[in-house]
Amino acid sequence: MVAADLLIAQNIGFYLIAAIMVFGAFRVVTTRNVVHAALWLVVVLAGAAAQYILLAAEFVAVTQVLVYIGAVMVLFLFGTMLTRARIGTDSELNNKNWFMGIPVAVLLLATLIIALNDGFGDEQLPTDAAVVNTQQISDQIFGPYLLPFWALSFVLLAATIGAIVLARRD
Amino acid sequence: MLLNQFLILGAILFCIGVYGVIARKNAVLVLMSIELILNSVNINLLAFSLRNGSTDGHTFALYIIAIAAAEVGVGLAMVLLMYRNRRSVGLDELSEMKG
Repeated sequence: MVAADLLIAQNIGFYLIAAIMVFGAFRVVTTRNVVHAALWLVVVLAGAAAQYILLAAEFVAVTQVLVYIGAVMVLFLFGTMLTRARIGTDSELNNKNWFMGIPVAVLLLATLIIALNDGFGDEQLPTDAAVVNTQQISDQIFGPYLLPFWALSFVLLAATIGAIVLARRD
Repeated sequence: MLLNQFLILGAILFCIGVYGVIARKNAVLVLMSIELILNSVNINLLAFSLRNGSTDGHTFALYIIAIAAAEVGVGLAMVLLMYRNRRSVGLDELSEMKG
């Protein structure tokens, strides 16, 4: 009884957050203001963090908030403000033939939904799954996935040096 | 909860991101659409991780977040350089490699 109530609450939460995320994502790609697009992207990223918590992934959710909403959004706002002298509506954000994106996206979505319904149907997620704690994730990262972790460290180092070299005035 | 509802949410976000990459001209907005795509992939990875009862998906999701941060850093540095050299961030104006 209690478990069923919890499941209903989870479903309501999922659909509410999913609706907000889809609307926010739609506004990101349709709004005429770059700063508004960045703020709608915050809504989508925060919704994604909430979905991660629903999926019992607390550590990834917190990392999402820290890295995306904390750091990446600041980068985006800086990029917007450094490349646009004025903050405001800009009518030339879209390509000339932007409408070509609509059939591509709709066809891709239809294909994906048909394939997903075909493949997974009404498969239920396990309801009694334990929350994955940080220790398990660190055991994974510093165990079987150590080599990609090293590669990732070099990627981050190269990206940092590359960004400084590119953006430096000389 | 169904597995499919998370996968379809990821598919919808992915397609909106693809539309943004195709339709937008402003380079910063294209980078934002790429962020949407990467997030939809993360939702898929974590949904499958919960379904299979393993933590591999979490590791991959964390790696994707790190790669996305690096990508945004380099991408915005390139946009900045582009703006400094041509006073514009329109992607269709980068056509000097056209024959």
